[in-house]
Amino acid sequence: MSDADNARPSHTRIIVKMVFVVFGMLAFVFVGLVPMYNLICEWTGITGRTNEASLVQDYVVDENRDIKVQFLANTNADMPWEFRPMVKTLTAKPGEVVEVSYFAKNATPRDMTAQAIPSLSPFEVTPYFHKTECFCFNQQPLLAGEDVEMALVFQIDPDLPAWVQTISLSYTLYDVSSEQKSAALTLQ
Amino acid sequence: MQMKLQRVFIALTALLISSVARADWTLNMPRGVTDISQEIYGLHMLTLWVCVVIGVLVFGVMFYSMFKHRKSKGAVSANFHESTKVELAWTLIPAAVIFVIGVKATYTLADMYNFEESEVTLEVVGYQWRWRYRYIDENAEQEVSFFSSMSTPRDEINNRLEKNENYLLEVDEPVVLPTGTKVRFLLSSADVIHSWWVPALAVKKDAIPGIVNEAWTIINEEGTYRGQCTELCGKDHGFMPVVVEAVSPEEFEAWLAEKEQAAIELAELNDREWTFDELMERGEEVYSSACASCHQQNGSGVPGAFPALANSPIALGAAEGHLDVVVNGVRGTAMAAYGNQLSDADMAAVITYERNAWGNDVGDMVTPIDVYNFKAGE
Amino acid sequence: MTTATHDHDHDHEHHGPAKGLTRWLYTTNHKDIGTMYLWFSFAMFLLGGTFAMVIRAELFQPGLQLVQPEFFNQMTTMHGLIMVFGAVMPAFVGLANWMIPMMVGAPDMALPRMNNLSFWILPFAFAMLTSTLFMEGGGPNFGWTFYAPLSTTYAPPSVTFFIFAVHIMGASSIMGAINIVATILNMRAPGMTLMKMPLFVWTWLITAYLLIAVMPVLAGVVTMMLMDIHFGTAFFNAAGGGSPVLFQHIFWFFGHPEVYIMILPAFGIVSAIIPAFARKQLFGYSSMVYATASIAFLSFIVWAHHMFTVGIPFLGEAFFMWATMLISIPTGVKVFNWVTTMFRGSITFETPMLFAICFVVLFTIGGFSGLMLAVAPADFQYHDTYFVVAHFHYVLVPGAVFSIMAGVYYWLPKWSGKMYNETLGKVHFWLSFIGVNVLFFPQHFLGLAGMPRRIPDYALQFADFNMVSSIGGFLFGASQLLFLYIVVHTIVAGKPAPAKPWEGAEGLEWTVDSPAPYHTFSTPPKID
Repeated sequence: MSDADNARPSHTRIIVKMVFVVFGMLAFVFVGLVPMYNLICEWTGITGRTNEASLVQDYVVDENRDIKVQFLANTNADMPWEFRPMVKTLTAKPGEVVEVSYFAKNATPRDMTAQAIPSLSPFEVTPYFHKTECFCFNQQPLLAGEDVEMALVFQIDPDLPAWVQTISLSYTLYDVSSEQKSAALTLQ
Repeated sequence: MQMKLQRVFIALTALLISSVARADWTLNMPRGVTDISQEIYGLHMLTLWVCVVIGVLVFGVMFYSMFKHRKSKGAVSANFHESTKVELAWTLIPAAVIFVIGVKATYTLADMYNFEESEVTLEVVGYQWRWRYRYIDENAEQEVSFFSSMSTPRDEINNRLEKNENYLLEVDEPVVLPTGTKVRFLLSSADVIHSWWVPALAVKKDAIPGIVNEAWTIINEEGTYRGQCTELCGKDHGFMPVVVEAVSPEEFEAWLAEKEQAAIELAELNDREWTFDELMERGEEVYSSACASCHQQNGSGVPGAFPALANSPIALGAAEGHLDVVVNGVRGTAMAAYGNQLSDADMAAVITYERNAWGNDVGDMVTPIDVYNFKAGE
Repeated sequence: MTTATHDHDHDHEHHGPAKGLTRWLYTTNHKDIGTMYLWFSFAMFLLGGTFAMVIRAELFQPGLQLVQPEFFNQMTTMHGLIMVFGAVMPAFVGLANWMIPMMVGAPDMALPRMNNLSFWILPFAFAMLTSTLFMEGGGPNFGWTFYAPLSTTYAPPSVTFFIFAVHIMGASSIMGAINIVATILNMRAPGMTLMKMPLFVWTWLITAYLLIAVMPVLAGVVTMMLMDIHFGTAFFNAAGGGSPVLFQHIFWFFGHPEVYIMILPAFGIVSAIIPAFARKQLFGYSSMVYATASIAFLSFIVWAHHMFTVGIPFLGEAFFMWATMLISIPTGVKVFNWVTTMFRGSITFETPMLFAICFVVLFTIGGFSGLMLAVAPADFQYHDTYFVVAHFHYVLVPGAVFSIMAGVYYWLPKWSGKMYNETLGKVHFWLSFIGVNVLFFPQHFLGLAGMPRRIPDYALQFADFNMVSSIGGFLFGASQLLFLYIVVHTIVAGKPAPAKPWEGAEGLEWTVDSPAPYHTFSTPPKID
C-alpha cells in the first residue's frame, strides 16, 4: 500500500483546493450574491424600492405630459396603526417637485416604532422617480395615541419612458418596535 | 373471509362509481377567456405535440430494438459505437425545433409584459388566509375595499355535510371585473408569500410582502371564474380561493356604485344603535370568516398552536383587554391586528360574540362606539 | 478491454473486518461504508415513503379525513426533505463508495477516515430532523423549498433544529464529494485515463464538483435564515429592508444544480447497465461525457425558471426560458445515445435492464414535461400545480430511484456474492412500473385542470384522478416492501453468484471475486 501511495499525487493539494472552493462559495453567498441582487435591483428598479434620498434636480418641467400617480397604503397583518395617504391620486408633470403626505396614527396603548417599505410599479419607473424627502428613509416612532402627517416630496425624471402613464406608489407599514420580535416568535 | 373481501370490493366499487358520477375526468388545460390564455393554450399544445412526435420516434426505435434485437431471437450485436455525424444531427435538429418554440413563446411573453395603459386598477393583497381587494378609483367618494374569504362551511370539509358543487372554490364576496376592459392588478401581501391564480384568465402572480407585483388581463366573456392560492402560505393554503365575476362594463359600473353606497352605509352602521342580538348575529358571521380557521368554529382553538376562546381569560376579562388583543394583535404570535381588517361595527359584533358564545357568559356588549373610542385612545 | 492482476484474499485475511458493532462504527473500508450508506438511504426511503402514504391517503377523497392541514404541511415538507437529502443523495453516495474504487482500480477511497465521519454524522442529522415532528408547534411545515418569510418570521420554533440538520447534511455531502474527487483524480490504476473511466465515475466526478460548489450555498442560505430568526438581521425580512425574493434566488441557485446532483449519477448507472444487457458497447461515450458536463454547466444559469411568476422582468424571463430550453439538447443527446446503444444489440431483459429501460422511457417523459415547463408563458399556468409535481416525480422516482434500484440489482451479486431471485425481481419491477405510472401520470391531468400543489383538500372536479393516483401510490409503496424482502432474501439465502454474473458486463469490478473481497486492488490492476 505504502509504495503505491508514494507513486500517487498528494491528496492534500486536492483537499486544500476543494476546501478553498467550499469556503469561497460560502463567502460568495454573503458578499457576492446578496450585494449582486441589491445592485441589480437598484440598477433596473426591480422590486420598485427607492431607499435613498436624491437632491432636487433642475429639470425642465414637461408641460405636455401628465402622469397619474396613485398612492397606496398597506399595513402588515400584525401592524395595528392607522395608515393612509392624504391624497389618493394626483396628476404630476415630469420635472415638477410634488409634495404629498401620509397620515399615521398609533392608537394602541403602547409606544411603537414603524418602518414604511416603498414599492413602485411598474418597476421600470424606479430609476426615474426621485424622492427628495420621504418618511420611508427613517423609522417612525409614535407614542401611544399619537398621530402624525408624514411628508413625501418627489420629482419625476422627464426621461421617463413614454409608455408609462400611471405610476403606483405603495407603502407597507411594518412594526419594528422590538428587534427581538421574530426571535421571540421562534423561542416563545 | 371471502364474504368480507367481497364486501370490501363492492364498497370500493360503489365509492368509485359515486365519485365518477359527480366529477369530470378533465385532461387538458382550459383554453380560458382571454387572448393571452388562448395564446398560452396554443403554446402548450404546440410543445405537447412536439414532445409526442419526438417520443413516438425515439420510443419507436427503442421498442423496435427491444422486439427485433433480442438475444432470444438470435440477434447478434453489431459493433458500431461512435458517429460524429449522427451526434451532430441529433444536436442540431432538436435545437432547431426548440428555436421555433422559443421564438413563439418569446412573442407571447412580450404580450404578457405589455403594461400599457389600463382602465381599471385592482389592488390584491394576500392575508393568511383570504384576499383583500381594493378598487383604485380617484373619482370614488368612498373607496371600495373588501375581504374575500372562502365560504365553504367547515362541516363540508370535515365530511359532516354533503359537499356542494363549488366546494372550496366559493367565497363570501367575489371580485367583480368588467369584460373587454384592460384591468391592471397590483399584488402584494400583508404576511407571507401568496400567489393569485385564475386559470381561465391565465393570470398567476405572486403576492409578496413589501413588493408590489403587476399583472393584467382583458376578459372576453362574462362568467364566473374560479381559482386558488398557489403558493404555500401556511395552514389554510388550500382554503383561500379566488372567485372572479366578469360582467359587462355597464353592470360593473352599477355594481361599483352600489358598493360605494354600501361602503358609505357601512360607515354609518358604526354610528347606529345596536341590540345585543343583532351584534351576536353579525358577530357569528364575522367570526366564521375571520377567526374560525384558527380558533375553530366552536372556540376550542388548536392546542399548542392557537388558544381556545371558550372559557379564555381574555374573553371573560375586561372589555378593554379583549379589544386590545383583537384590534392591535399580539406581537410575536400569529394573532394579527384586526383593527385594520374589520370595520368598527364588525369588530364590536365579533367581540360581543366571543364574550357570549360557547358557554362564555360575560353578558356585556361592546358597541361600535366603544370600538371607535378605543381606537381613538378613549 | 481491461485485464487485472490482483493478489487477493489469502494474504490479506488478517485485514478482514472486525467483529460486532465496532466494525461498523470505526470502519474506514469503502465497502462497509457503502453498505451503511445504502441501508441508511433505504431506511430513509421507507420513512419518506410513509409520509407520502399519509399524503396520498389524505388526498384519496375530498374532505379532511385523516390529518389536519397543519400536519399535512409537515408531511409534504418532511417527505421532500427526507427523500432528497436522506434517500436519493445518500444512496448515490453509497453506490459511489462501493463502486468507484473498484471501477478505477483503487484499493479504497482516498480519505477513508473522513469517509467514516461523513457517513456517521448523517443519522444524527436525520434523527434531529425527524424529532422536530414531536416538538411543540410541530416540525417544518413550509415545504422543502422553505420560502421566507413562511420559514423565518412565521415558522414554528423547531425551525432552528431544521437549520442545524441541513448544516450537518451539507457537511456530510461536502466531505463525501471531496473524497470522491480525490479518489477519482488520484487513485486511478495506471493506464486508467480519464477518457477510459466508466461513465458512472465520470458522472460522479461532475456531480461531486456540483456538490462542492452548491452545498455551501445551501449552508449559506440557512445560515441567513438562522441570523434573521435569532440575531435580528434582515436578509429576507421586508420590514428591515431585506427581500423575500432574494431567498428564492439563493435557494434556487443551490436548488437547480441540486436537481442535477440527483440525476447525473443515475445517467452513469444506466450507461453501465444498458450496454451490459444489450451486449454492445455504449454508443457515443465521449459525447456522453460532454453532454454531462454541459448539463452541469447549464444548471448554474437556469435557476430563475423556478420563479417565473415571482415578478421577473421580461428580459430575465426570456433569458431563463432560453437557457432552460437549451438543457433539453444535451439531455436529448443522452437519450438518443442509450437508444442507439440498444439498436442492433443482443438484448436480454433481466431485472436491472428492465429498470434501466424503464428509466430511459419515463425519465424522457419527465424531460418532456420539463421542456413544457421551460416555456415561460405556459409556466404561468403550470407553476405550483400538480403538473409540476408530476414532472419532478417522473424525473426523480422512475428516474433517480429506478436507476438506484437498477444499480442494486446489477451489483448485488458482486456485493453479497449471491444471486437475487430473478422472478421476484421481475415481479418487483412490474409492480413498481405499474404503480409509479398510476401514481404520477394522472397528476399531469390534475395540474392542467388547475389543482395547486401542497393542498390537503381539493375541489370536487379533482376527485377521480386523485383517487386513481392514491391507489397507484399504495401499490408503489407496498411493492417496495417486496424490494426489501428480495434484498434480504438474497443476502440470507441467495444462490452463489459467479465473479461476472452478467454476460455482457464490462469493467474492473467484474474481475474480482463475488462477493468482492474486503480489500480489492491492493496492487493496482493493469489496464490495456
